Amino acid sequence: MKTSEPKSNVISTETFPPLSISSWRHRHILDLDDFTTEEIELVFEIADAMAEILTREVKKVPTLRGKTIVNLFYEPSTRTRSSFELAAKNLSADTISLDASKSSIAKGESLVDSLCTLQALGADVIVMRHSQSGAPYLAAQHTNTSIINAGDGWHAHPSQALLDLYTIRSHLGKLDNLKVVIIGDIMHSRVARSNIWGMSTMKTKLTLCAPATLLPKGLEDFINKYQLPNINIEPKIETALEEADVVMPLRLQMERQQSGLLPTLREYIQLYQLNKHRLSLAKPNALVMHPGPINEGIEISSEVAHGVQSVIEKQVTNGIAIRMSLFYLVTGGKKNEA
Amino acid sequence: MKPDLLIKGGRIIDPSQNLDKISDLLITRGKVNKIQDNDTISQSKSLPVVDASGYIVCPGFIDLHCHLREPGFEDKETIVTGTQAAAAGGFTTICCMPNTNPPLDNKASVDYVKCKAENEGEIRVLVIGCITKSRQGKELTEMYELAESGIIGFSDDGEPVANSRILSLAMEYSRSLGLPIIEHCEDKNLADGGFMNEGWVSTRLGLKGIPAVAEEIIIARDIALAELNKAKLHVAHVSTKGSAQLIRNAKEKGISVTAEVTPHHLTLTEERVMRSPSDKNKYLVYDTNAKVNPPLRTKEDIDALIIGLNDGIIDIIATDHAPHTSVDKMCEFGLAAFGISGFETALGSLMGLVHNGQIDLTTMISKLTTEPARIIGTKHGELGTLKVGSQADITVFDPNKEWIVNSQSFFSKGKNTPLDGYEFKGKVMASIFAGNIVYKDESIKIDGNNE
Repeated sequence: MKTSEPKSNVISTETFPPLSISSWRHRHILDLDDFTTEEIELVFEIADAMAEILTREVKKVPTLRGKTIVNLFYEPSTRTRSSFELAAKNLSADTISLDASKSSIAKGESLVDSLCTLQALGADVIVMRHSQSGAPYLAAQHTNTSIINAGDGWHAHPSQALLDLYTIRSHLGKLDNLKVVIIGDIMHSRVARSNIWGMSTMKTKLTLCAPATLLPKGLEDFINKYQLPNINIEPKIETALEEADVVMPLRLQMERQQSGLLPTLREYIQLYQLNKHRLSLAKPNALVMHPGPINEGIEISSEVAHGVQSVIEKQVTNGIAIRMSLFYLVTGGKKNEA
Repeated sequence: MKPDLLIKGGRIIDPSQNLDKISDLLITRGKVNKIQDNDTISQSKSLPVVDASGYIVCPGFIDLHCHLREPGFEDKETIVTGTQAAAAGGFTTICCMPNTNPPLDNKASVDYVKCKAENEGEIRVLVIGCITKSRQGKELTEMYELAESGIIGFSDDGEPVANSRILSLAMEYSRSLGLPIIEHCEDKNLADGGFMNEGWVSTRLGLKGIPAVAEEIIIARDIALAELNKAKLHVAHVSTKGSAQLIRNAKEKGISVTAEVTPHHLTLTEERVMRSPSDKNKYLVYDTNAKVNPPLRTKEDIDALIIGLNDGIIDIIATDHAPHTSVDKMCEFGLAAFGISGFETALGSLMGLVHNGQIDLTTMISKLTTEPARIIGTKHGELGTLKVGSQADITVFDPNKEWIVNSQSFFSKGKNTPLDGYEFKGKVMASIFAGNIVYKDESIKIDGNNE
């Protein structure tokens, strides 16, 4: 592989990119729990090159020409699905997006059968979103196609965690020894779970802040079991926010209140909403992030969501670069595996 | 013509008679005729002989808790395949739960299962009837008529009787029948549709957990109601340390409570859901074959259950054999059915505990024979014993034979086991029901003219 040319130039050629991916070992991207620091850095390096493409007038390179990427979404999604779709198109892959609620799946076809069909149709990568935790693992067991987990139940959302880390890194220049605070519905959050792995690996300090009813019951045991010294739990938001470099409130779904986990939204807003006053408790230029979609006025006030410290839109743009990087790596990695 | 059979040279262990010696056992016309020291039983030429040297010969195992799925779910299991599987697991008497379709909540349904089992089954099938109509927890079944039809207990298994008043009435109304109320102890509100034990593994996997207290709170309630109503309570599939403690306290107070534990709750932990020792895959697994209700718990729970078993706090071992089709299991974890196909791995699992010194052989056998027989009573004959004159229901097993579990060779239609590929030491060599050999290992040779 050629390595002499600068990154930004080689992308325009079909041999893009000459970065060393020969050591890439992930056929699937299921979670970040099995990623090393070097692998996450490699994803970022390639994402940097991809981000450059996104600044061009013609945002398209022929890298994945002839590859077929299927977006298989069992759960409604606008942002993640569009992001993966654009990422694939920018790399010239052929894409199909399947809304599982409108296909044969709605007629009772099993997940494994659906995947085998997609494999037989020639899919090279299947991007999968599913409301059931572990569904992409079932998929990975039963197909040879690369599976990218675009969110499974409460379990994992690796591309989101990568774009979160990437966004932090691009704004603050590093990841280690930063303090990130994730606030809100940790229990049901795949974003939080993937960030636990990603941030642990990158030595970022992560504080999880939520009322006890929105924390997973086994969280402390889990942290001890896996010896994750950088992960802390702090139910009091004012304490959690001290010295924070990044603050990330999570979407609070209305049904959490209906199922009794919270007495009222009003009290949640009073106790946990990221507003201007609370943000002032963090470091002066702390970044405000959100995995979206936002419930403005619930977990975050409008002025903070759209304030100068907010990099929420930047996250969305970075998401495309990260997903282009992942497509590139899993398709390239596959060749090496054979 | 009831068969004759000689079982030669085995180590006969019968806890009902405190018997443990190497002897011959002669079956005449389907009944135990005599147990005598080696070579003292004269052999007529036509008498078939099982050479049991090196093997354990004990009363046929009794399973107080299984699901035969018939009527209604014949794709999961039938009485034919279920009894074949049970026989292969060393069981000669099994008690089936009434969560069929239609449920066994009236005499006609119970008679249907009994009749089918008598005609098609290989072994004795006893029936458990519902506590409430359609297992809805609202109205009591006709408990007296059910009792007359020969059921051995009442249960809405799969569901607890959620309404405490209804359960209390069931205990009170049925008290004079002397049959146990067998409760599936689970507070469905606390369990809240969970899929596995609540703890670090459920957090790791992002799966909704079922807390231990969901089981314990119902056991505590049921014990209180049993005390109030002077009823016989049998707690199905105990899975937590706290449950064992509650039952211990109740027994110390003299409340009439018995309890069972399954082989899987004695041997597997919640970690089995995410990791399979036979799987070289570097990724996590979400193994639906380890999805069972109550869920697999922790090492601490297992330790407490084993202590309870040895102390007599937990009276019996029952399989909760719950066969399912591959379609029920080869799907997303949250959508998969709960249950483990347990007949054919029970002895192998339990012998692991024996070989590790966690329970002794005689205790294991009594928990599978004498003790469940005590809960069933004598209405169906004397069960779980090799006393002279009793029906010759006998299990012969090799405590040291090594084998590898292969679910595809199960007699059960349910291949749903988390133990596929596990290496076990201890295997059923023959199951004898009323003197007939209903299962034998391929390596067993029967001398004589009658198999």
